[in-house]
Amino acid sequence: MNITNLFRISLKALVSNKFRALLTMLGIIIGVAAVIAMLAIGQGSKKSIQDEISKMGSNMIMVQPGADMFSGGARMSASANQSMVLEDYDALKAQSNYISAISPMVNASGQSIYGANNWPVGMQGVNQDYLSIRKYGIGSGRIFTEREINTAAKVCLIGQTVVEELFGEGVDPVGKSIRYNKIPFEVIGVLTEKGENGMGQDQDDVLLAPYTTVQKRVVAITYLNGIYCSATTEDVSDKAKAEMEAILRVQHQIKEGDDDDFHVRSQKEMLTMFSSTSSVMTILLAVIAGISLIVGGIGIMNIMFVSVTERTREIGLRMAVGARGLDILTQFLIEAVLISIVGGVIGVAIGVGSSFVIKSMLNWPIVITTSSIVLSFAVCTFTGVFFGWYPAKKAANLDPIDAIRYE
Amino acid sequence: MTDIIKVDHLKREFIVGDQKVLALRGISFTVQQGEFVTIMGTSGSGKSTLLNILGCLDTPTEGEYLLDGISVRTMSKNERARLRNMKIGFVFQTYNLLPRTTALENVELPLMYNSAVSAKERREKSMHVLEAVGLAERMYHMPNQMSGGQQQRVAIARALVNDPVIILADEATGNLDTHTSYEIMSLFQQLHSDGKTIAFVTHEPDIALFSQRSIMLRDGRITRDEKRKKIGSAAESLAALPVEVEVE
Repeated sequence: MNITNLFRISLKALVSNKFRALLTMLGIIIGVAAVIAMLAIGQGSKKSIQDEISKMGSNMIMVQPGADMFSGGARMSASANQSMVLEDYDALKAQSNYISAISPMVNASGQSIYGANNWPVGMQGVNQDYLSIRKYGIGSGRIFTEREINTAAKVCLIGQTVVEELFGEGVDPVGKSIRYNKIPFEVIGVLTEKGENGMGQDQDDVLLAPYTTVQKRVVAITYLNGIYCSATTEDVSDKAKAEMEAILRVQHQIKEGDDDDFHVRSQKEMLTMFSSTSSVMTILLAVIAGISLIVGGIGIMNIMFVSVTERTREIGLRMAVGARGLDILTQFLIEAVLISIVGGVIGVAIGVGSSFVIKSMLNWPIVITTSSIVLSFAVCTFTGVFFGWYPAKKAANLDPIDAIRYE
Repeated sequence: MTDIIKVDHLKREFIVGDQKVLALRGISFTVQQGEFVTIMGTSGSGKSTLLNILGCLDTPTEGEYLLDGISVRTMSKNERARLRNMKIGFVFQTYNLLPRTTALENVELPLMYNSAVSAKERREKSMHVLEAVGLAERMYHMPNQMSGGQQQRVAIARALVNDPVIILADEATGNLDTHTSYEIMSLFQQLHSDGKTIAFVTHEPDIALFSQRSIMLRDGRITRDEKRKKIGSAAESLAALPVEVEVE
């Protein structure tokens, strides 16, 4: 008995029971389509989080002071830690082998004022590298010069939100003078629009000034609030982080075994951290969808049992004219697998289709990976074999004498 | 003349609950090539059991059965399936055609399980036997579009398509009216005259009249085995029937 003939026989049995085969398939179709769509949504959201985070900067590594601090018995917040200084920045810049850009960070908070408008905005004291680290572009104007940094010049760059709040639409702020905490600053450049970051913060609501200016003129401190840098490539991000930790431990004279008084966090870590929630969600969605695939499989088993019982006499006859048990087994197994494979193909089509519908109607990010299609397809084929096996085996074990006279 | 069927002291026991039932209690006979034998008996006489064994669907508890010189008793299930496929043609009381399947495809069925036969050969052979049973016009009809007699003709064509050494018929006229029964018997007689070996199980004495030889079974034993001196002609009996308007 060759497999082509068995295939033909199975196909014929399915075609002569079109409606029933279709209903059985429906379980598989829904299961596969659900798996594909759920994975697409899950992976889409993961991708969009990853995109948002990578938009925050290029292979960014942040150093922030922070340790449990006691000041006269009172525990204080990490930001009150004044251990990070310009010497640390110089040391990192000079000694680190894996970073391509580095900038100090000094924060000030206050009110910016232009004419009759005012707007609360945090001032960030940085150097020129900060733009490339955070992937900011200059829309108009320029970045501050080395000289301006050295002389603590009162110049600043502002983000789009600040432009709109202070100047309104259609005004070029470059060259205008604004006041920040009563100190006049000349606007020398405007940053390009960047939008919200992964955590919903407006990245255009910024005011950049030379760190020297902020340190000396605005907040009058000698320490830094942090150091930002870019690793040369994403791959060396972990190495760069470790190296920076080592340099800073030397700088801060931290003894072996003592805790760091700073935190180094890389963008890569944030990526893993934020996408892990999304991964859990993806798995959860896939599991729920997978359950519906199993239900579909049980549907196949059910209908195959009905089919075997209904066709007992046919099976008896086939055996009488020379079908072996294996032939009968194969025939019913092919039927089950055909149902699930055809169902799988339709399911993939509907899953992919509905993913795009979701994308266009709800504007959700959708990512359809080949692996999710291959996976759901493999699972549904397996389902066909698994749930088709028992009824097929039952058919193959029938006694032809009883089967042919079955009423 | 070669022996197509040779059974020797055939016994078959069934265990029903904790009781042993002897369906066949030692049967011996031979059927030679070209013979037309009817096996008769009341229900419970063991004729169905005998037919199952002759058809290689069942194996005897004791005794020897040679089909076309091949010993069946020690064969495995798969070997017997192959033997049925090559050497036996079955005709059943209830036709047992596959529903929603054309006459032609029904006839092709035994050859589907023989990988030595190509698709083209299969189709040609099937068409040929359908023509031989007088259904050249009905090849693409479904069973439910045919009368009982026509369905049984399809079944006979199916039994012929693998060119078997013997045709085993189990009450093949049991579901048919007298007129159609005679038509079918006339077909069997025609096949017989073409040289086919036929074993026909029936409980109707008037059907047995059309065969060469009758074997009577009772309680698992042969009570009578005789050659018929005067063989009736089914075609003549058919002509002698009062003319009726055929209702189909």
